[in-house]
Amino acid sequence: MALEGYLLVSAALFGIGTFGFMARRNAILMLISIELMFNAVNLSLVAFNAFLPADANAGAVFSLMIMAVAAAEVTVGLALVIAIIRTRQTAEVDQYSDLKE
Amino acid sequence: MELLIALIPALPLVGFLFAVIVGPRLDHVPTHAVHGGPEGPGDDADDTHAPAHRPAGSRDAHDAPDDSGFRGVPSEEEQRATSPHAGHADDLANAEGAGGVIPAEFDDGLGQSGHVAPGAERPRYRSWIIPTAVVGLMWVFSMIVLAAVIFGGNEYEVTIYEWIASGDFVINISFLVDSLTAMLLLVVSTVGFLVHIYSIGYMDGDRGFWRFFAYLNLFMFSMLLLILGDNFLMLYVGWEAVGLCSYALIGYWYKKPSAAGAAKKAFIVNRVGDFGFGLGIMMIWVNLGTLSFHEVFERIGTLDEGTVTIIALLLFAGAVGKSAQFPLHVWLPDAMEGPTPVSALIHAATMVNAGVYLVARANPIFIEAPTAMWVVAIIGVFTAIFAAAIALTQNDIKKVLAYSTVSQLAYMFFALGIGAWTAAIFHLVSHGFFKGLLFMGSGSVIHGAGGEQDMRYMGNLRARMRWTYATMVIGSLALAGIPIFSGFFSKDEILAESFNRGYLVFYVVGTIVAFMTAFYTFRMIFMTFWGEWRGPRAVWDHIHESAPTMVAPLVILAIPTIGAGLVLGIPPEGGLIHGWLEEVFHAAEEAHAGVLPGSIADGDHHGFEPFGLGGLLLLVGAAVAAAGVWLAHRWYVRQPESAGRFVERIPFGLGPGMYRASVNRYYVDDIYQLVWSRGGVLLSNALWWFDAKVIDGAVNGAGWLAGTVGGGLRKTQTGRVENYGLGIAGGLAVVLIVLATVVR
Repeated sequence: MALEGYLLVSAALFGIGTFGFMARRNAILMLISIELMFNAVNLSLVAFNAFLPADANAGAVFSLMIMAVAAAEVTVGLALVIAIIRTRQTAEVDQYSDLKE
Repeated sequence: MELLIALIPALPLVGFLFAVIVGPRLDHVPTHAVHGGPEGPGDDADDTHAPAHRPAGSRDAHDAPDDSGFRGVPSEEEQRATSPHAGHADDLANAEGAGGVIPAEFDDGLGQSGHVAPGAERPRYRSWIIPTAVVGLMWVFSMIVLAAVIFGGNEYEVTIYEWIASGDFVINISFLVDSLTAMLLLVVSTVGFLVHIYSIGYMDGDRGFWRFFAYLNLFMFSMLLLILGDNFLMLYVGWEAVGLCSYALIGYWYKKPSAAGAAKKAFIVNRVGDFGFGLGIMMIWVNLGTLSFHEVFERIGTLDEGTVTIIALLLFAGAVGKSAQFPLHVWLPDAMEGPTPVSALIHAATMVNAGVYLVARANPIFIEAPTAMWVVAIIGVFTAIFAAAIALTQNDIKKVLAYSTVSQLAYMFFALGIGAWTAAIFHLVSHGFFKGLLFMGSGSVIHGAGGEQDMRYMGNLRARMRWTYATMVIGSLALAGIPIFSGFFSKDEILAESFNRGYLVFYVVGTIVAFMTAFYTFRMIFMTFWGEWRGPRAVWDHIHESAPTMVAPLVILAIPTIGAGLVLGIPPEGGLIHGWLEEVFHAAEEAHAGVLPGSIADGDHHGFEPFGLGGLLLLVGAAVAAAGVWLAHRWYVRQPESAGRFVERIPFGLGPGMYRASVNRYYVDDIYQLVWSRGGVLLSNALWWFDAKVIDGAVNGAGWLAGTVGGGLRKTQTGRVENYGLGIAGGLAVVLIVLATVVR
């Protein structure tokens, strides 16, 4: 299997994530979409690491780094979203537009 | 002697401080005793002379507020309509006390016995004692110094202390007394002292007595600083200070709009000249690095002629302003709004001479700049005939004398310009005495005639004011240039010098001016003192000789008016004063500056021949003066109608027009009003428009632009996360496309 296959899957995952982020109104689902985009990037990084000649496993290190960041991000993000849902009694981000002009 | 010299300016300063600090407590002017001081009991400066009692009527037009500085000149009809005489009888009937002799116009403090209501408590004045005493002492010291300089042949330089020391810039407070300063000292201290005495009588009844004497003392201090200073900066300080005092004293009756306006006008017009003077001093400093007279005059020869000419012309610009020469002469006639002692002291005998003194003192600069000498001479000759032609037709007694002063100062400048330095200073000295006398005499006349200044409503005053009449005739004979009186010698010396030095055109114009001078002077005498009384009957009954304090200075000043010429001017062109001033003008005379090639003075001849050319010139001068007096007598005493006939007989019907032009001072004030006042307003309006529309427009436009753009951008903040996400995704897409297409 060639590199292109991994990259196509990665691009598809990223596109699904993007679409989900924009199309969904539910805050939790938007967080899940962000996780999808993270992992699409991780997949492309790992694929590059495997197929391209390199002295160091820079791609793998990067993807580990992103996983750590993503874990931290989703912890904070999920906590915030839960807090908002509790006060607002809704997960719909449409209702969160208090800061609009 | 050094101490005496230092005390000369210090004494009036002490008098000033005394008058300011202690003076207000020394005077007591009962409110009810003096016309025109009806407000509260306080004697403060603010209510010193309120001209409050002011009958309604024609006088209102006359007093219409006019604080523009440049006063519009009323037409002849207006002058007649607004004359103090219009509605006189009514005003007199309305005036209180003392038979109503004082017109309401002069309720602001002029006047003497008639001014204090009969039976009322007389005002008590003591604030004059110290100021007058210190000036008297100063006069004694001045005479001692004068004698030491003139007869001892000494020259004094007294350094009091180092005033400014900043690197190379060192200015000392130090006094220089040479014979030129001594001549000025003679005039300034003598006339100054006599004016102080005169003011005691003249200002009686005025509520601001102490203020008047404070100003007079401050003026004396400034004037002495001006003539005693040994560097240009001290001269400049004195110069500005006398200008300030002049402002304060012209506007002494500051509630009178015309006086306040005249004061501003004098101050502003003087600033025009002083600006040039200041630039001249800066140029001297920049080029020579010193301002001390001695060093400047030593080194001035090292500069090229162009620079020296500019310096000389800039200095002369200051002189033109201070000495009221064309085109800056307009302030002096208006300055007559001030009290008459002020006119006598500042605007006739002392301050206006400062310009002549400056040019004479700076003679080493001027001899290096022949072009500047020509400018001085031409301005002088032109102003002499110009001012004399205005004086011919003025009806206000003080205006006649004011224009005469301008004309006589112009004589001095003309003499300076042709290099006749000594003759100019000689005329300065004699003019200071006789014009001071004439002004004080006119004050006595105005006082006696109940505040009337218009000569058309005077007449036959010699019957009631013998002393004033006698002394004023002496002064007029001197001004007219009748032999043995001082003016004859000094004026004819100027004319003879212009002839000897080859300036024949100047000689002819000068002689015509001498004729005009004799005519207008005696026109004034005949209109005032001869003929029939033309004013209201009620005024005539109260005409009286002035107080002894006013008459005594007149009599004392009559002595030098008669004697100065005889003592200083014989033989002509080589009199005593020539010996005295020789050391000052020696170099200038040696340089033969101002002597045209081929003229008499160019050769060896430099003496006076009684039976030669010199005698002939003297005879011509005397004949011209006599002719002027004769013509005045013919037109204003024997055949009063012939003057009008003569005006009509001028060819091409120019006569009435010329008369109107002269009465209206050749419209110079109107032109200035038009050009500077109206033009200034127009320019200001144009600049205001530019500021309001263009500058403000740009600033406001920038604000408006930012606001509008920001207002548009606010709409993008929707508060919807998916919109922001779309923005991020769109931005990412744009970046990717750019990277893919352009960067590759």
